[in-house]
Amino acid sequence: MADVLSDAGDVSGEEGSQEDVMTPAELISKLQEAWLNEKFAPELLENKSELVECVMEQLTHMEENLQRVRKGDVKASVHRMEIDRIRFVLSSYLRSRLQKIEKFFPHVLEKEKSRADGDPSFLSPEEFAFAKEYLANTEVYLRTVALKHMPPNLQSIDMLKAVPEPCLDSFVFLRVKETQENILVEPETDEQKEYVVDLDEGSQHLMRYRTIAPLVASGAVQLI
Amino acid sequence: FCEKALELIRELQRMGDGQLPAFNEDGIRQVLEEMKALYEQNQSDVNEAKTEGKSELIPTIKFRHSCLLRNQRCSAAYLYDRLLRIRALRWEYGSVLPTTIRFHMCAEETEWFNQYKKSLATYMRSLGGEEGLDITQDMKPPKSLYIEVRCLKDHGEFEIDDGTVILLKKNSQHFLPRWKCEQLIRQGILEHVIS
Repeated sequence: MADVLSDAGDVSGEEGSQEDVMTPAELISKLQEAWLNEKFAPELLENKSELVECVMEQLTHMEENLQRVRKGDVKASVHRMEIDRIRFVLSSYLRSRLQKIEKFFPHVLEKEKSRADGDPSFLSPEEFAFAKEYLANTEVYLRTVALKHMPPNLQSIDMLKAVPEPCLDSFVFLRVKETQENILVEPETDEQKEYVVDLDEGSQHLMRYRTIAPLVASGAVQLI
Repeated sequence: FCEKALELIRELQRMGDGQLPAFNEDGIRQVLEEMKALYEQNQSDVNEAKTEGKSELIPTIKFRHSCLLRNQRCSAAYLYDRLLRIRALRWEYGSVLPTTIRFHMCAEETEWFNQYKKSLATYMRSLGGEEGLDITQDMKPPKSLYIEVRCLKDHGEFEIDDGTVILLKKNSQHFLPRWKCEQLIRQGILEHVIS
């Protein structure tokens, strides 16, 4: 895979090298990490639109490369497979995000509205527009079909209460990339007491998402 | 009270995963009528309780109010669950729904679906550079480059990337690039032959 990508990398290196601080292989591995994290996390993770853009650029370059190669050449089918694989990972990543946005739409919008200016955003501008449209569409629908025919004091539904929140206590598998000391694990039941764990690099664990959520965001652990 | 509302929910539960039964307009109307009746009874009772101080009416009023809330919640759940199924249809079948399914949707649901399609299309177009990325494709990880497909219905001519035109006639078999066939397979026009 490395030399297929480096072929494409030569082309992209000439044109967009100011933005591409990673090699194509690093870019794809970052995409895979983001994809796995998004797939296994119960809530919507930070938005990675620069990564998405870079990968799209990469795909376009690879496609262009492919046009130039003679048909029937074995290399062409390897390139083609590679493009398909990368496109699958990217599509799957974006689909996971969209599914979570749709599932938790009022909470996602609320979170985005209430975040401080310096914090990284969870939604790209396009995702934000999509979420807003989804909310408006659903509200209009419910109002037209049922709510407006109901008694006056019941004509609205509080979406934040009506739509369930993501379950942050669900368990996830993770692999530790950077050693972490003193992670506080809150008790689940009243009989347990809170305790502290050390996470060693390379070890794998099964824990509640809530405990390690900030570590996923910082890249210290990888969900598997 | 609230029987009809519960029945609506049970109706959806009975249908196997993802299927969309016909929109139960009658059911919804009955729930709304029940709500209206309950509300009016409550209104008159509240007035009576206020003017004549009949506080023994209050438990009944509270009971009716909780029935009203229950009805609202059940009907909202019914409608919302249908929306989720309709949303799944867009991902399963593409932008054009089979006619049988379209008959099961009421006008407002069709409107919701059209709006959803538009939102999704705008979002997909905005991805990456010029044309965007159709994320409703590539649903499964690619296993092989070309696949053997059998045509289930007449579909006419089909052009693939290098310009060759293939005539898709019922029962003909072809060896085609996987990425071209995905949507047609989902629509039921082609069938992946695994031998």
